[in-house]
Amino acid sequence: MYLTTSPIDLPSLLHESRASDGAVAVFIGVVRNENEGRATTRIRYEAYGPMAESEMDKIAEGLRREWPAAQVRMMHRVGPLEIGEASVAVVATSPHRADAFAACRAAIDRIKTTVPIWKKEYHPDGSSDWVDPTRGSTGREDAPDRIRGS
Amino acid sequence: MTVRILYFASFREAAGRDEQRLDLPEGSKVRDLWAALAASLPHFARFPSMPPAAVNRAYAPGDTALADGDEVAFLPPVAGG
Repeated sequence: MYLTTSPIDLPSLLHESRASDGAVAVFIGVVRNENEGRATTRIRYEAYGPMAESEMDKIAEGLRREWPAAQVRMMHRVGPLEIGEASVAVVATSPHRADAFAACRAAIDRIKTTVPIWKKEYHPDGSSDWVDPTRGSTGREDAPDRIRGS
Repeated sequence: MTVRILYFASFREAAGRDEQRLDLPEGSKVRDLWAALAASLPHFARFPSMPPAAVNRAYAPGDTALADGDEVAFLPPVAGG
């Protein structure tokens, strides 16, 4: 299981390292209080649960092929989250740090790309937006495109 | 044949429901289903091209043939992490 509606249990993810592991790389995604300059008061993640589990399983398979020495564990929170709470955690262990760092980075990058999970941001004025990373914004029609011209 | 369509996030809000069943002509492909939905929902018609689709919980291209009982979802831009 890669999805949870409860707070992510980081100690249990960290606890699973092997005696041969000399490196543990950890990424934790945390709910921020703003996005694109607009204040966020809370967020809610929604998932296509069975497909998200399956896609994360495919990511895990790919990571095992590409970094056979590494062991990667991933957990994504769904449902309502408050500012400062962990939304996603990746723990990659390996005999040496290069594989742990690389597998950890690849895992979170792939999670953001293929796993069917959506994020709704709530603002102080009571409005809300579904975040659309493909637009470099929160999906508002008037949002600035920060990528253009860079 | 009848397929089950699931809606998520912004698509769920635009459709006003979580899911629906739809009868389709035999031989229909994923892109035919999208065209049918876009014709009935203005929110979907705004998309310049078909969004990523999933058939039976796996990504599937537009030319994928649908079968009776398939679970189909069109996916708004994902934003996990």
